[in-house]
Formats: sequence, structure tokens, C-alpha cells
Amino acid sequence: MWDVEIRGMASAHAIIAASIFMATVMPAVLVEKFSVYGTHLIWLYSVAGSVAVVNIAVFWLLGISPPTKKNTLSYKLSKLIRSCVYLLLSCLFFHTVIVLYGAPLLESALETFSLAVLLSTFTTLRCLCVLGPNVQAWIRVFSRDGAMSVWDTSLQITTGCSIVGAWLGAFPIPLDWDRPWQVWPVSCSLGATVGFLTGLLAAPLWIRWHRKQLTYKLK
Amino acid sequence: MRRLPILALLLWICSIFYVGIYLFVGGFLLVRLEVNRTSTCADVLPPGADVARGDFCLKEPRFRRAVVLIIDALKSDFARYDPENTSPRAFENKLPVLDEMASSRPSQSRLYTFRADPPTTTMQRIKGFTTGSLPTFIDVGNNFASSAVLEDNLVHQLGQAGKRVVFMGDDTWVSLFPRKFHRSLPFPSFNVKDLHTVDNGILQNIFPTMEGDDWDVLIAHFLGVDHCGHRFGPDHPAMAEKLTQMDGVIRSVINRLQNDTLLVVMGDHGMTDTGDHGGESLKETDAALFLYSGSPLFPAPSSQVEPEVVPQTDLVPTLALLLGVPIPYSSVGQVLLPLFPHNNSRAAPTGLSQAEALWINVKQVNRFLETYSSMAKDIPADSLSHLQSRFTQLSSQYLSSVSKGAPPSPELVASMQAYLSSVRETCRASWARFSPVKMAAGLLVMGLACVVCYVLSELSLVVLQEGVLKMPVVSGLVVGGAVAAGQIFMWGFVEVLWCVGVVALITEVMVLWRVRRLSLWLSLLPPPLLILLLRCSSLLSDSYVISEGRVVTFLLFTLVLYVPLRLNWDGLLVPGPPPDTQKPPGLLPPSLPLSTVRREGAALLVSVGVLVGCLYLSLSFHSCREEQGSCQPSAFLTPLSRVQDSRMRNLHYVLSLVSLSAWAFLLHRWLRHYGNLNCTSVTVFTARFLLPLASICMGLHWAVSATPEDSFRNLAELISLAQVALPRVAFGLLGLGLLLLWLDPLTVFLKTRAPLNSRAPSMPPPRYRASTGISPQAELHHLIPQLYQRIRRSLEDGGSEGAEADGRPAVEAYGLGTVYSAPLILLCGMLGLGLLLLHPEGMALSFLLMLLQAAAVLHLHTSSSTLSSLQSHSNVFSVPWAPVVLWSLAASQFFHATGHLPTFPSIQWGAAFVGFPQGHSGTVLPATLVTLNTFASHILFAVGCPLLLFWPLVCEVRGTRAGRSGGGDDGEDVVMEMRLRENPQQFSSALLQLTLRYLFICGAQVFASVCAAAILRRHLMVWKVFAPKLMFEASGFIVSSVFLLVGVALVMRVDVAVAGLFQKLLPQNSR
Ligand SMILES: [Zn+2]
Ligand SMILES: [Zn+2]
Repeated sequence: MWDVEIRGMASAHAIIAASIFMATVMPAVLVEKFSVYGTHLIWLYSVAGSVAVVNIAVFWLLGISPPTKKNTLSYKLSKLIRSCVYLLLSCLFFHTVIVLYGAPLLESALETFSLAVLLSTFTTLRCLCVLGPNVQAWIRVFSRDGAMSVWDTSLQITTGCSIVGAWLGAFPIPLDWDRPWQVWPVSCSLGATVGFLTGLLAAPLWIRWHRKQLTYKLK
Repeated sequence: MRRLPILALLLWICSIFYVGIYLFVGGFLLVRLEVNRTSTCADVLPPGADVARGDFCLKEPRFRRAVVLIIDALKSDFARYDPENTSPRAFENKLPVLDEMASSRPSQSRLYTFRADPPTTTMQRIKGFTTGSLPTFIDVGNNFASSAVLEDNLVHQLGQAGKRVVFMGDDTWVSLFPRKFHRSLPFPSFNVKDLHTVDNGILQNIFPTMEGDDWDVLIAHFLGVDHCGHRFGPDHPAMAEKLTQMDGVIRSVINRLQNDTLLVVMGDHGMTDTGDHGGESLKETDAALFLYSGSPLFPAPSSQVEPEVVPQTDLVPTLALLLGVPIPYSSVGQVLLPLFPHNNSRAAPTGLSQAEALWINVKQVNRFLETYSSMAKDIPADSLSHLQSRFTQLSSQYLSSVSKGAPPSPELVASMQAYLSSVRETCRASWARFSPVKMAAGLLVMGLACVVCYVLSELSLVVLQEGVLKMPVVSGLVVGGAVAAGQIFMWGFVEVLWCVGVVALITEVMVLWRVRRLSLWLSLLPPPLLILLLRCSSLLSDSYVISEGRVVTFLLFTLVLYVPLRLNWDGLLVPGPPPDTQKPPGLLPPSLPLSTVRREGAALLVSVGVLVGCLYLSLSFHSCREEQGSCQPSAFLTPLSRVQDSRMRNLHYVLSLVSLSAWAFLLHRWLRHYGNLNCTSVTVFTARFLLPLASICMGLHWAVSATPEDSFRNLAELISLAQVALPRVAFGLLGLGLLLLWLDPLTVFLKTRAPLNSRAPSMPPPRYRASTGISPQAELHHLIPQLYQRIRRSLEDGGSEGAEADGRPAVEAYGLGTVYSAPLILLCGMLGLGLLLLHPEGMALSFLLMLLQAAAVLHLHTSSSTLSSLQSHSNVFSVPWAPVVLWSLAASQFFHATGHLPTFPSIQWGAAFVGFPQGHSGTVLPATLVTLNTFASHILFAVGCPLLLFWPLVCEVRGTRAGRSGGGDDGEDVVMEMRLRENPQQFSSALLQLTLRYLFICGAQVFASVCAAAILRRHLMVWKVFAPKLMFEASGFIVSSVFLLVGVALVMRVDVAVAGLFQKLLPQNSR
């Protein structure tokens, strides 16, 4: 049973990682003079979009979402709307946090918000897919004994890695190297992406390594 | 409580840190050796030259007299004149005379850019352009303590040659050259706010002196421009006025100039856009140099390639040779060639030709190099021998061409110039030199001190019980004495540095050895220390040091977010799910009541919010380094008197006043809330009256100092009186408050209501009778909580109306629960007010933020420790790393958020004039005031550090600590800080641990900046970034540690007083 779940997760993660790769390569065909630094926002939104789409598709196909009590259309619709609102709120939340961390308040607000969108895609969107629009469940997941399935554990790992990656990405900004990737928010979004990829890779490995210690409560 | 061991241990740790800093700085910031030899006329004779050709001192010099006008901070921009510029700024086109002369009389005058060597402070510059040598870094600190120049210098040489040197102006000269002037008219220079005293004093005397005949060299040092820059900045109408005045002065001097007189107009340094100086940016180093003479001065008007920029050292040999005196011994300058006639044209009647002047110069420089290299070994041997061989070559070429009678070739002149330049460059390169052994020793001592500090803080309880200090110190002293004896035996003298270093090292090693035998495992690196590690490694990069304020805020913010995330990870932040039915109930961990978790969680989130808000707002109070190109310094840093828009000024004033009163009000409110303002002790008097009174004085002082000078002419005297009196009164009140606080730190109000014998039966009997057979000490320990709880209980009963008559307590003690923290908070409050007074008015907002942030950190710590109280197994009072790291990083954060920067030009010298607008006579007081101003946040956070220990007790809620302290059924009571008296052993160890942790964090930062300076000592930025950072970090550590000890000492003082109080009380009440 373990092996099946881990293998499923590994392949899902591989698909997501491949989508990031594709999102980096594909626009080069369509957009002129495309480069990760030069046309950073295009890259960022293409990554965010593809990760979002692939995530939703994968989780929908695998059927990993919280059990619903009602199956009516209106209930599903309200859930969808709530999810969208949560996503928007999380973008605003990340934007605020980034500004508080020292990003410029007014100038390059678009860049800051794009970074917030990217971070939300890497973190909040996955939370929504796995846990549904349920903040209490989110808070519960991010505690030591809160994970209830391998997907929860993978959520912990990828979210943590993305945020730490973005945090580490801020480090080179003050350095006087004058590189193109030191421009706001290139290093942070690259850091977040690299962190996310690391998380995708690390999660199955970590779970496999610790499968003896992991005891999930039954759903 | 064990007072003596704690103090001894802390003192010892501090002193080994000091020794480490002392050792390292001794090896890192070496002073250039001064060569105490003087040039004489005979020196310049070529060997074997016939006497008839002569001693050039006897020859008629080019100029008989010279007028040197030094306009302090005359930036090169000020001297330029651009006729196209139709709308000049305040400092542009205000000195047209220089341009007029240079263009209309090109053979008589010239204008150069005059490049000073850093540090560009006035005293270093005066030394530089009189001795011709290069300043060293260590001189920067001496700006307050001017001391006589001992090296050979121009003033001395002029005096030796019988020239009458008359001086007027900046009194720094008189202290630098005591008794060297024929006549001197010094005027006080220290008061930066005074634009006119020095200049007017000069103007009254310069023209009569010039018209008289009692002078040969006249030096006049004007300070108005510099002071105007410091006070208003260069772009201010006052600067235009000042420069126009200077223009007039130069014109009048030129009109009175005779043909045998040389006029030199120069600035000693430039200024930044804010009017400050001291660093090495081009704006600070580039001054103006204007030369003029009534007779043709420049033999070849435009035939020669003119030097664009004249180094400041070059003035010394040029002036010396033009005036016919020997070049000062240790000058490394090069004569300004355009002033000397060509070798083949004998047009100029007198004076030396270019080649002759250069030859004299080369010989003098070579001789200095020889002398210097025989005294000190810091110039690399290979470059020395290279220079030597070049000199031999030059010398033979020159002498052969002279003996042939032919004029020296232009190539020879060029190579002599090249030789002089390379000597200067060699000297510049090698006077930034280090003593690697001392540096390594300092690093070792400091590194070990950090380790010792960390280890001891982890083992504080054991350390206090066993007493680890005595043996190591004794053995260290013995070894140190042996080393000293050995030094006397070997060399005949003692180098204290090494003895002290050896003592420190031996004690450290011994302590570590002893602690090793105690062998307790150390906890692994906790995440808060990871933040500290990041902070320390950020000190190794110049970019991070330059943007240090933001880096610290970033790290703090991360740590603040870490605390709730970590609590949530541990499942402590939100109330847990209903107990798991599958697990047997015995295995369930004990958990806090749901309501407590909810309340504390909410409090935690609120304090995180406040903290984040404070962090973000504090970013707007930063000042700017010159390296930060597009940075705007905070508007609040401008003193009110410099704000020109009157509405802005009023707004700033009101904001400052509001924050000042908020500061005082919050303090008062807190003390009243915890019942510390009821008694009639002197401390309460302080809190109630002295504090508000001092605040009122400060508010008035700000108002007075903000009034524009010319608006109330008839009240001028009153205003100047108020400017002196108000801050002094405020200082006096605060000082009195501090004194009273020390004398009687208790803020406990005791009220004895009823006769004891009638009340005694109605009191509940004490739970345990400690008075039988146990020592009085133990009795005291047991009875105090009993007493306190009794007081407390009866107080609560007395709250309701019905119990009033009946349940009256025998003794009511208000404020006993905050007996330790109340004096500490009062101390912080008063210190804060005093330090605020030393800052620009706008910083009141920043100080208020500091108060709020400190409170938020304390509450964050309280809530998180309450929430995790069931998890921690160590000492009950022990303060974890996270709040201590937060606390100490906040000190660095507010160092920046009060407008300070770790650079010398950004020191707020204005602090020295608060209450002393006329300047000072001594140097100790102004230096103290400036130090207090610079390290204000370090001081406040260091003094308040013990609050981290007290706060969870102050905010104690019923039932949370009961389980932990194991107080049995009495645990229901809120005992607050009396718990500390219940467990004196744990109290002592927690206090020791807290202070050691704080010291460790400060020490680790110093160690990191020391490492940065050592590793990057050849870095381009070392003198600009790392060395100043090291100095500031080290001074900050010293100040912090001293005030940390003050805070701890106050806690101990309170402890003594409380013990005394109980001694007094107990016999009356419990028997
Ligand atoms: Zn000056
Ligand atoms: Zn100055």
C-alpha cells in the first residue's frame, strides 16, 4: 500500500516538475526575445499558470480531495467560489508579507504581486486541492502530528521548501554584483521555484525514508 | 540569590572580551610611527657642493611673505564659476573672484582641485598639510583631544627660519602648535551652531595685521562655511551669504597684497550633500586650492601640462621651497612644478628651478624613507630596495648633469616626479599595515570567549553551584605574572598587552577544561541561533554591512514569524482537537485549559502584529550611507531648526511632542496598573513628578531650539538662556531620579490596617510551620510566599463591599508582584528620556516605536512561554534563545532606526551641544554625550534585558504556572515575581543564563566583525566599511556590556532591598 501511494505521488510530482520545465521552454517558441530574466513576468505567469492547471488536473484525476458531504451543484459552486476567494486573499497576504519584508511599497507593485501569485500557486493552491477551502485544516496540517496522509506530508514539505526558497532568494539582492537575476523579484521567484522543485523531489524520498515512523490516522 | 558569583562571572566574561578586542585592535589599527627628527638648512646641500653656491636658506627666497587663508570645507564645487548658470544654487557661483583672477591674470593666479587624504576631519587635515605626511586611521578618534604635533612641520620650520607666523581663527591650531606662533588669535571652534564668531574675529584682525609689518606668514582659518554646512547643509541661503562674505574677504586681501607676498586660499576638505565630512568620497576629499601673487607666479602660463588635481601633501614642500625653508622631515609630498621656473629659462630672478626644487624634494623624501625604514619594518623590503636603487640612479644622473653645467633633461625631471609619486603610493599602501600575531591572538581570545559564554550559559545552574572561576583566574594570574617576569628578564620592559592576553587565554582554557569535566551535553544549534549565525555572516560582506539596517530588520522579521509557526508546528498555538479516544488517557500529555490557549494565542498574534508593524515603521527612520546611491535620509533626522517649511516644522514638533508624552504616559500607566505608584517612597516621587517634569522640560527645549533665530530678536537672550537651562534641568531631574532609584528601588506600598493581635486568629493559619527547627534563612524563604499570598488573598477579599469590615488584611502590599521589574522599567524610561534628549527631535517617534517593540517582544515571549510551558523541562524561569536573539537584534535595529550608521561622518555631533550650546572646555563630557547618543538603543536594550526574565511572571495568569512550579494546592494564587524569591537558586541561574546569552549574542557579533576586518584587511572597502564597523561594533559591545551589568546590578539591589523589607516585616506579622 505504501509503495503504491509513494509511486503515485512521485509520478504526480514528476508531472508537475515537467510542467514547470515546459513552462520555461515553451514560451521561448511563442514569444520573441523570451528569457527568464529579461521577460521575467511572462515566465513567472507561465510557470504559475501551468503549475496551477497541472496541479488541479492531477489532484482531480487522482481524486485526492476532502470527502464532500453534499454532492449538489450549488454546494460545489460555492466551494469553488470560496476557493477562488481564498486564493485571492492568499495572494494579498503574501503581497503584504513581502512588502513588510522590505519590498518597495508603491514602485514595482506589479512585480511584488506577481511573486505573491507565484507563491500562492505553489502553496495555497495545493492546500486548496488537497484540503479544500478549510483554514482550520490548513493550520492543522502545519503541525507536527497534523498530517493525515502522505499528501499532507508532501504538502508540508513542498510549502516549506517554496517559502524557504523565496526567503533565500532575497539574500543576493543587496550584493553589488550587478547581475540580471538580482533585479527584484527575479531572485525571489527563482528561489521559490527552485525550492518548490526541491520539495517535489524531496517529498517522496522523505516519505519513503521515514515510512516506518509515519503513522497516519485513518481518514 | 547568589549575587557575588554572578557578578564575578559576568565581569570576568566581559573582561576577557575586552582583552580580545584590545589585542585585536592593537594589531589591526596600528598608528604610523612618527619620526621625531627635523630638517635643517644643511640637509638640502648636495654632497660636495661648494658653499658659495650655497645654503639655500641664506639665498633670497621666491617670496618673502605668505598669506594662507584656510576656508574650512571649501569644496571644489564652491570655488568654480560658471557664467552660463543663470539660476545658481545656494553654493554655486558665490566666489567669482577666484575665476576672475584666474582668467584675467593667468600668470599670477591659478585654481586647482585640492584632494585631501582621508580621514577628512579638520584636525587630521591640519596635521596633513603642515607635516606633509599621510594620516592614519587611528587619528580619527582624536578629534576631540587635539594634542600637539610632534613631527616636523611647516610651522616649526618657519619659526626656525626666523619667520614671524601670525595665526588667527580655529583654535585647533593653537592646541596643535602650542607656542609656535609669533602671535595668535584663536577663536572657539567647537560650537558648530555658531557661524560667525570665528570669521568675525578674523575679519576684525586680519586687515590691520596685513597693513602692519609684524608678520611674515599669516594663517587665517575660517570656520563659517564648515559650520554652515553642518548646520544647514550646503544648499541653504546661509551658505550663499557665507560664501559671498568669503568672496569679499579674498578681494580685500588681494587688494592689500604686496608683490613679494604669496596668497594661498584653500579648503581643508569638502563636504557631502548634507554638509558633513570625514570619509573618503570625492565630495569630501575634493577641496579648492587657489594661488595668487601680485607678481608673476607661474613662469610658463600654459606651456606645461597642468595637474588637474593637487594632492594635499604637495602644498608642504611647495610652500617650504617658495618661502625658503627646508621641507619638513617626514613630508612625502611633491613640489608643485608649475610654480617653479623651467630649467633653461632663467626668467625668474630668484628662486629654485624645477630641477633644483625636485632634487631637494627627492633627497628629502629619500632621507625620510631611510630613517623610517630603519625605525619600522612595515614598508616591504623589495619595494624599499627598488626605490633605493631608483634614487641612486637619479642621484648619479642629476649630479653628472649638474657637474657638466648643463640643465637637467626633461626626462630626468619626469623620472624624479615619478619617483616621488611612487614613494607616496608605497607609503599609502604600507601604512595600512597589521600585526598578524596580535590579530590572531585577539581572534583566539575572543573566539574562546564566545565559546565559554555559550557553554556557561547552557550550564548556568551547575556553574553557580560549583563555582568554576576561582582556580582558573588564580592560575591565569600566576601565568600572566610569569610572562611579565619573563619579559622583564628578556627585554627589560613589560608589554602589558601580551600579559593580559595570556591571562585571558589561560583562564578561558581552564574554565573550559573544568566545565568539560562536568560534561553536560550541549543542546544542538536551535533555529534562533541560525538567525544569529546569518546575522554574523552578513557582517563579512560589505554589501550587507552597507545595508545593515535592512538586513537586521529582515532577520528579525523572520524570527518573529518563526515563533508562532514553531508553536503551531508543536501543536500549541491552536486548541487541540478533542482528546483522542483511541489512546489510553494516561498517555495523554497534560494540556492547558482551552480558554488559556485561546487567550494566549490571541495575545501572541497581536504581539506579532505589533512587532511587525514596529519593524516596518522603523525602516523609515534610517539614515543613508554615502555608498547607498539613491537613498533619502529620513526626514525626521533633520533637527527642527533646519526644517525650513514652517508647517512641516510644526507638524514634526507636534508629532515629537505626542510621542514624548506617549512614552511618559505608557510608563506611568504601567506602573499604576501594577500598583507601583501608591507608596510614598522616593522612587514613586521620581516616577510621579520627576519624569513628567523632565518631559515638559524636553518639550519646551525642543520648542525653543526650533524657533528661527531671527524671529524673536527681542527675546534672544531669554531663548539662549532657555537653550542652556532647559536641557540641563531635564538632565538634572533624570540624574536625580536615577540616584533616588538606586538609593531606594522598592515601589512597594505597605499598609497595616488593624492591630495585629485582634486580626491574627481570623487569618488562615500558614500551611506549614517552617519556624520549628529550621534555620532562619529557610524560614524566611518559606514564609515570604505565605505572607505574600496572605496579603494577596485578603486584598482580593477586600475588593468586595461586604468583606470590607471583616476580612481586612493585616498587611497590604501593593506592587510586590512587580517589585523587580518596576524599578527596571523606571530606569529604562528615564534613561530613554535622557537619551532622546540627545537626539534630533523627530527621533521621539522612533523612541516610541522602540518602547512598543520592546513591549511586543516581551509579550511575545510571555505568550509563547506560557503556551509551551508544559513542554519545557528545564529551569522554570529560563529564557529561551528566541526572545534573547530578538531582543539583541532589536538593539542593532534601533541603532539604525535612530538615524545612526556605523560610519564616522554619521556620528551625531550635535549631541554634544545639548545643554551646552557654547561648546565645552574639556573633552570628557562631550565625548560621553556623543557616545550615549550613538549607542542609545544598545544602552536601553541592555539595561532592559532582565525584563525578559520577569515579564512572564508579571503577566502571569492564574493556573498556568501552577503545574510547573509544583506549588501544590497553593498554586492557584498569582504570586508573580515573588516566585523568584521562592526559588532563589533557579532565579540566580536563570538571570545568569539570560545575561550570558545576551553577552554571547553581542560577543558573537563583535567576533564576526573582527573576523571580517581580519580576513578582508586588504579589501577595497576595509577602511570605509569594515574597520568603522568593527570600531562601532566593539564600542557597542563595551557599552552594552556595561549597561547590562548596570541592569543586573539594579536587580540585585532590589533583591537586597526586598530581603530587607521582609526581614523587617516578618517579626511583626507572622509571630
Ligand atoms: Zn575642516
Ligand atoms: Zn566640519
